[in-house]
Amino acid sequence: MLLTITTTARPATDLGFLLHKHPERVQEFGQSFGTATVFYPEAGEERCTAALMLEVDPIALVRSRGKNSPDFSLSQYVNDRPYAASSLLAVALADVFRTARAGRCKARPELPGTPLPLELRLPALPCRGGPELARRVFEPLGWEVDARPVPLDEGFPEWGESRYVGLTLRGTARLSDALNHLYVLLPVLDDGKHYWVAPDEVDKLIRAGGGWLGRHPERGLITRRYLGRRWALARTALSRLAELGDETEEELEPAVEEDAPAEVTASDEAAAAEAEAVAEAADAETADAGAADAGAADAGAADTEIADTEAANADAADGTDTADGTDTADGTDAAAGAGAAVEGPAPKARPLSTLRREAVVGRLEELGAVSVIDLGCGQGELVGALLARPRFARVAGMDVSPMALTIAARKLRLDRMPDAKRARLTLFQGSLTYTDKRLSGYDAAVLMEVVEHVDPPRLAALEQVVFGRAKPRHVLVTTPNIEHNVRYEFLTGLRHPDHRFEWTRAEFAGWATRVAAQYGYQVAFEPVGDDDPEVGPPTQMGVFTRDQRS
Amino acid sequence: MISVPELSLVVLVGVSGSGKSTFARRHFKPTQVISSDFCRGLVSDDENDQAATPAAFDLLHHIVGVRLARGLFTVVDATNVQYAARKSLIDLARRHDVLADAIVLDVPEEVAIERNAARPDRDFGPGVVIRQRKDLRRSLGKISNDGFRRVHVLRGPAEIDEAVITYEKAWSDKTELTGPFDIIGDVHGCRSELETLLRELGWRADGQGWRHPEGRTAVFVGDLVDRGPDTPGVLRLVMDMVEAGAAICVSGNHEQKLVRALNGRKVKVAHGLRESLDQLAAEPPEFVARAKAFMDGLLSHYRLDGGRLVVAHAGLKEEYHGRASGRVRAFALYGDTTGETDEYGLPVRYPWADEYRGRAMVVYGHTPTVRPEWVNNTICLDTGVVFGGHLTALRYPERQIVQVPAEKVWYEPAKPLSAAAGRDPGTLDINDVIGTRHVETRFGTRVKVMEQNAAAALEVMSRFSVDPRWLVYLPPTMAPPETSRLDGYLEHPHEAFEEFAAAGVREVVCEEKHMGSRAVAVVCRTPEVAAARFGVDGGSTGAVYTRTGRPFFADTAPLVERLREACEPLWAELGSDWVVLDCELLPWSAKAGELIRSQYASVGAAARAALPEAVAALEAAAGRGLGVGDLLDRARRRSGNAALFRDAYARYCWPTDGLEGVRLAPFQILACEGRATALEPHAWHLATLALLDSPLITATRHVFVTLDSPESRAEATAWWESMTAAGGEGMVVKPAAYTPGRVQPGVKVRGREYLRIIYGPDYTESLDVLRRRFLGKKRSLALREYTLGLEALSRLAEGEAGWRVHEPVFAVLALESEPVDPRL
Repeated sequence: MLLTITTTARPATDLGFLLHKHPERVQEFGQSFGTATVFYPEAGEERCTAALMLEVDPIALVRSRGKNSPDFSLSQYVNDRPYAASSLLAVALADVFRTARAGRCKARPELPGTPLPLELRLPALPCRGGPELARRVFEPLGWEVDARPVPLDEGFPEWGESRYVGLTLRGTARLSDALNHLYVLLPVLDDGKHYWVAPDEVDKLIRAGGGWLGRHPERGLITRRYLGRRWALARTALSRLAELGDETEEELEPAVEEDAPAEVTASDEAAAAEAEAVAEAADAETADAGAADAGAADAGAADTEIADTEAANADAADGTDTADGTDTADGTDAAAGAGAAVEGPAPKARPLSTLRREAVVGRLEELGAVSVIDLGCGQGELVGALLARPRFARVAGMDVSPMALTIAARKLRLDRMPDAKRARLTLFQGSLTYTDKRLSGYDAAVLMEVVEHVDPPRLAALEQVVFGRAKPRHVLVTTPNIEHNVRYEFLTGLRHPDHRFEWTRAEFAGWATRVAAQYGYQVAFEPVGDDDPEVGPPTQMGVFTRDQRS
Repeated sequence: MISVPELSLVVLVGVSGSGKSTFARRHFKPTQVISSDFCRGLVSDDENDQAATPAAFDLLHHIVGVRLARGLFTVVDATNVQYAARKSLIDLARRHDVLADAIVLDVPEEVAIERNAARPDRDFGPGVVIRQRKDLRRSLGKISNDGFRRVHVLRGPAEIDEAVITYEKAWSDKTELTGPFDIIGDVHGCRSELETLLRELGWRADGQGWRHPEGRTAVFVGDLVDRGPDTPGVLRLVMDMVEAGAAICVSGNHEQKLVRALNGRKVKVAHGLRESLDQLAAEPPEFVARAKAFMDGLLSHYRLDGGRLVVAHAGLKEEYHGRASGRVRAFALYGDTTGETDEYGLPVRYPWADEYRGRAMVVYGHTPTVRPEWVNNTICLDTGVVFGGHLTALRYPERQIVQVPAEKVWYEPAKPLSAAAGRDPGTLDINDVIGTRHVETRFGTRVKVMEQNAAAALEVMSRFSVDPRWLVYLPPTMAPPETSRLDGYLEHPHEAFEEFAAAGVREVVCEEKHMGSRAVAVVCRTPEVAAARFGVDGGSTGAVYTRTGRPFFADTAPLVERLREACEPLWAELGSDWVVLDCELLPWSAKAGELIRSQYASVGAAARAALPEAVAALEAAAGRGLGVGDLLDRARRRSGNAALFRDAYARYCWPTDGLEGVRLAPFQILACEGRATALEPHAWHLATLALLDSPLITATRHVFVTLDSPESRAEATAWWESMTAAGGEGMVVKPAAYTPGRVQPGVKVRGREYLRIIYGPDYTESLDVLRRRFLGKKRSLALREYTLGLEALSRLAEGEAGWRVHEPVFAVLALESEPVDPRL
């Protein structure tokens, strides 16, 4: 909520001309979310400091705008927005210093083009990625960065550091550039539950980042974070239940993002595409209106756009989709944690998810399955691949998450699917711990990376539901091979926070053999992915086939 | 006089103009009659549009099908003069296991033609009637072979006018018999054991046969005969009882086959049939004839006690209760067989009881098991007495099992008796929870659950909740009282007292609100109790879970273990081997650590980093004479609020290491064996829980308040003020005893400082805005969830099936996903 800009250029009070704010006045600017005040704590010839203070009243905000607020976290009363230099400060800055940011100054036209010695200070900057990330994004822009973490609570030193840093930037730059840097990078570092709904955000990014963003080594991360979260679905029922249970919303994050950190996802891909558009626009001296428009369309209808890409790929006869050849430079996103490197060292390697899907589809073809149900279908990747093959006359996808199914329907372009294809597909919500007649009557059921999301005490219910009741002729189960985890350099713990366990090959074989015997199936095992001679493949697959008699 | 079954499909047959619609109007309710003309109108706007006929009949069949599925008597008003038309209706009736009767209205051709001519809406000529009449004449000769139960032919207008319709009860309908009953499992010729069992049940034999001094009725589930030593003796005993009105009996598959054998039909003499035939051969022919007639006349199932009890030899799924068809009889006699046989050559049976969701109790036999066990309100009483097991009876409505052991192994079983057969696997079905539902409760209300809320709950339940067998209760949300108008307060005891006084409550209890996480604890005395009562094998003796059903720790077993030790004094006191407790788990940070750090502590950290610099900058500006006074004041006040906010949350955090430092504060005993104790007065709860003496347990401080005493109120208010001034969360005010109706089960009155955690550090600056809060939805939810919770506990205490307990618990979670201001 506080930003100070200090210059030691002489006369330092020129800062007032540049900012279009008189150093001897206190000026207030109403914002939709509070009040911005500009004042000068000091205004001397040698040193002049302008302060932008933003007062945010979360109670008034919640009351007046509630769930439709542009900033997700504003729906909470206990909120860091009144204190932190968040995206709201960026919005206020853009408004209050609009002219300065554009580099215009009628009174002293020569001033905006002149680099000045500047010191920018933000006492509480939310910075996901810590001081290190602050340095990574500001240093390439010529700033000397002093970023110090703020402790979470002095009374509980064991809690460690907060996600805020006290940031001071020193350097010589044009004021307009400095303001644009902050305008773009504050929301990027914040990366909280912040999202933008306006379709013109890409335009804004291109304008503010023109001239520097295209060459920034972190441009991928900046673009992606700036454009915010893709799943801009307002507060969901899940988040309400999280609050009740004393949990954070992330702890109940839908499993649809299961593979997101591990593999290149559609949203990463879209973001990368957008970043390229930005880079092109910036490189070409004149802003390419066409590219900008395209970008804007992307942001406005982002999900549709992703859906198109996905569906087009799913339609492709060979079924390999999304990630082939996509630049995975986003892997440098430190905040994505261990995930980025999880699926193997070779950057151009085909993602494991693709290999897995191909293995499953291939197996289903060999088994001669005509009707297939994907239990835990997530965003519908496998369902799409199966639909692309006419031999699968009936395809069903079941998932427990309504959000996953919504996304799957969008990605599969359900509303525009031709009747003949649509007639082959069923998507519905269900649960693997509840018996369900709708699961019966398929040649094969697929549990692809599903069992490890089930608490071990509930596996018996899953077995009963799938093998005891639904009883398809074939059941394909894939699950991570934990032995292979040592091959992932940065991985600590399991491959996904929602995994309740991961099995060794022996543990998986033990479980599968026991289940097969109990329910009258035979089971065979196959590796998926690079079958490491020492630790085995990254994914293991069990192919169950029902005994003729049972 | 035309007699039709109460539940049946009546097919009117007659040419156009024969008076079917008039007849139907006179004898049946308008909603019972589905006419083809009406359906034709619905699909074409023209009742005479013959092109719409196929569509009209599609619709007619659909409506009739839905009605029959719902068990509604239905009349079809269409010409039905052709075999094909009648056949499709008979098939429809059969598909719903309903009998079909035909009523033929046979009027002279000229009468029909004349009537049609008089109707302006009938524009077809006499040719149509003549053709229809030809069809009818052709049909009349063989209509009795169509497959109707009975064909009633009314000839001429006079007979049609004079007809009277009467209704026959279904044969299986003995709903007027209310018992009490002693339902007896498969006897298989074990007369001596049967007599012993009857005596055990209190029956006495005198000169007039077996009688029960309390007028109980015996119900035999069939399979009286075969394998055992004295089939004739058993038959004689049962026949005498049935004839004397002391017993009723359904047919078993063995009676069925024995009758066929006695009739000289070719049957394979196996499974103990030889014994019966040999024993009967030694009896006088009159006896054999009597026995044959008796067995031949046995029905396959009965509905008793207003429909609350169904008895069939091999059980009966709900759709078949009270229905009549070949497959209903086959199901009742042989069960739901898959058509396959197992390695012993015995038929593989489909576990229909696992899927049974009916309200009626179903009692049956047929499949020998070691122990009779309840599965979804069904129970199999065949405990293989003839194979050396037991002869079992169930007292109804007491649900009490009475057994006598076999005197010897009379017949070697083909395969060992299965112990597991029929054991409730605890599997829940998706149809128990999804979709828009109405949950019936015994507390006078039905609670509606919306589909989208159920969908959200399904995800949370499936992904995060503890084993549903432990998840027997979820606590309701709790509303605050009306907002206080006192300066500086948002909530105050005054409004709570006023609210309850206005609702007619005389006494309330104020309980200290422990600031922790709400916890429900299910504790069994031993693993055996857990297995027997909750169906949880594997040594677990309980669970402790959050208000959304999640486990508290990765492994709650150590906590359960310590709680089990602490609960030792309760077993004798409650007369139960298990108990469900409503508690608060302390400290808050034990479960909410991540939430506290990521939200509360973060906000505090940002405030402490930013505000001092803001104050310094403003002071500098003020020092230069700039007019920032108001801003500076505000910044200083907010700095102070931020410090108070930090103290507010920090008070509820203390380090825990494993279970060290974790405490439980139980404040209510929710249920134990046979008792939904949640309905007991709070004085009982607090006194009983005071028996717990363990370092794990924290007592709940409380005061009782007599609402019409100002002193009593003042005392409690002072108590609340001192508690909250010392940083306490506040208190919960509840009616001292269960109060039915629209009275909140409790309201929470939270302290001024505590509310900073809820409404933000600076909430005290915005009290006027915050006073405009809307409690209606929260209060309504609280009442509905409370009712559901009590229902779940009642079902649990009474030993109802797992899915019955799960249904209201799931509904609570679904309601909790409703958007409601989370700060209330």
